[in-house]
Amino acid sequence: MEFQGLTWKFGADVDTDAIIPARYLNTSDPDELARHCMEDADPEFPNKVKSGDIIVAEKNFGCGSSREHAPICIKAAGISCVIAKSFARIFYRNAFNIGLPILESAEAVDGINEGDEVKVDVDNGVIYNVTKGTSFKSTAIPPFMQELIDAGGLINYVRGRLNR
Amino acid sequence: MGMTITEKILAAHAGKKTVAPGELISSKVDIVLGNDITAPVAIKEFEKIGVPDVFDKEKVVLVPDHFTPNKDIKSAEQAKLLRSFAKKHELTNYFEVGRMGIEHCLLPEQGIVLPGDVIIGADSHTCTYGALGAFSTGVGSTDMAAGMASGEVWFKVPESIKFVYNGNDLNEWVSGKDLILHTIGDIGVDGALYKAMEFTGPAIENLSMDGRFTMANMAIEAGGKNGIIAPDQTTIDYVESKAKRPYKIYSSDDDAGYDAVIEYDVSQIEPQVAFPHLPENSRPVSGAGNVELDQVIIGSCTNGRMEDLRIAAKVLKGHKVHPDVRLVIIPGTQEIYKQAMKEGLFEIFVDADAAVSTPTCGPCLGGHMGILAKGERALATTNRNFVGRMGHPESEVYLSNPAVAAASAIMGRIVGPGEVE
Repeated sequence: MEFQGLTWKFGADVDTDAIIPARYLNTSDPDELARHCMEDADPEFPNKVKSGDIIVAEKNFGCGSSREHAPICIKAAGISCVIAKSFARIFYRNAFNIGLPILESAEAVDGINEGDEVKVDVDNGVIYNVTKGTSFKSTAIPPFMQELIDAGGLINYVRGRLNR
Repeated sequence: MGMTITEKILAAHAGKKTVAPGELISSKVDIVLGNDITAPVAIKEFEKIGVPDVFDKEKVVLVPDHFTPNKDIKSAEQAKLLRSFAKKHELTNYFEVGRMGIEHCLLPEQGIVLPGDVIIGADSHTCTYGALGAFSTGVGSTDMAAGMASGEVWFKVPESIKFVYNGNDLNEWVSGKDLILHTIGDIGVDGALYKAMEFTGPAIENLSMDGRFTMANMAIEAGGKNGIIAPDQTTIDYVESKAKRPYKIYSSDDDAGYDAVIEYDVSQIEPQVAFPHLPENSRPVSGAGNVELDQVIIGSCTNGRMEDLRIAAKVLKGHKVHPDVRLVIIPGTQEIYKQAMKEGLFEIFVDADAAVSTPTCGPCLGGHMGILAKGERALATTNRNFVGRMGHPESEVYLSNPAVAAASAIMGRIVGPGEVE
């Protein structure tokens, strides 16, 4: 899996209420949720973001509630992947479960400015800053998470096991 | 080396003699929980798996508590999905409005969650049940769907941090809320990321069940995977009359391994207030300065229990809410509602000019029943003060215990109960 896109930078502890405020949680329709993606962190974000763009954030991205609507709306907004120094636990699980690629790399976050063009090689965990000509290694994905990805997500994995 | 209580419970549910931090396990679950926001997504995913039934109709619990009684048409449609699913699968534990309560107040009260259980819930505050000595953690909707179908969930066994609260007596007006806000202030909102937070020490042994639920509830606000308190006589007294199935008591071995041990002297802890926009921004109420308020909320899965309402009533009795403040009080469950009514607490609340609501998560997550306008400021006994959490992105939420909340509602600004004139 490879992606290339322009980056949007966010600070530390971006919570799931900032990613998708609860006032929009009376629906689970991905496209409707995408129209409010990151709205309370940057009200203009849903209008600015383009398909293939990449979110880059400081530590503890996705902290707070368990709402899967958070990774769902990021994916539906066209974001190809999220790079952060660290992810909150439930967001991390949810992102894998719904198929939103996420990568951990403190060096990459420090080495990327907003608007830089970045290429991500998810399988090998390499992040290239095309604008600056630099590259970074991300923390390896745990083998079981890789198994989930290979199966096409948790639902396919469980379906395969239960219907065997 | 011995095992922690968290490791022992996970080992037992994974069919193993021992487990170690970092190990990946498939664990049986005793309860799978969802609400009116997360379950609709989970139901959709469950249908994709293609199994005819949930793994156990007594172990899948649905509580429509967030946007109920339904605030608009869309949320009514979501609640309807839960209702239909519960009927179709003949779920024993579906709670309709009128029987419904805030899920994390309701499940322990109904004896649905018990010591030694493994519980997953598609709600981040599922960690609350760790107060009973269970392993309980929040997951997303897809994990909930997989759990409903298979009765199992995968976990990475977490490392544990041991928190020791030394000193027998808490200072006046200090509660479980203050211990946990102080702790989050100390270690930060990711201070226990991916880890088990084990709460121990003399002050925990003396803490009521309601206070323990408050502490475990907010483990997620430090990034924790679970919060846990080993069962003792207080726990057994609480569950004995409620449990309808056997339960198991676990405790940590003396030689169990911890990632860190953090000690606090509770005599040094006074009532806390967390300033916007993170729970880690906690400081003693005496250092709050002059923070004027528009709204005060007493309730939620953190502080909507009987002890919380009794404390609020004690402070409010004979006083009036400040003319510039709206005070909304939300009992956590129907049973709590009835008990508060019996004890005459509602008369005190209404005489003080407070509004009393039916159980709901409502304002805590900016759903309904007390949403803030631009520039408004609220003090709440809830668990999160993120940007826009209770309404407009330019509003502010401060967090405290019920005594400070009640006193502040009277005075119109953030004060400790000692300052009520």
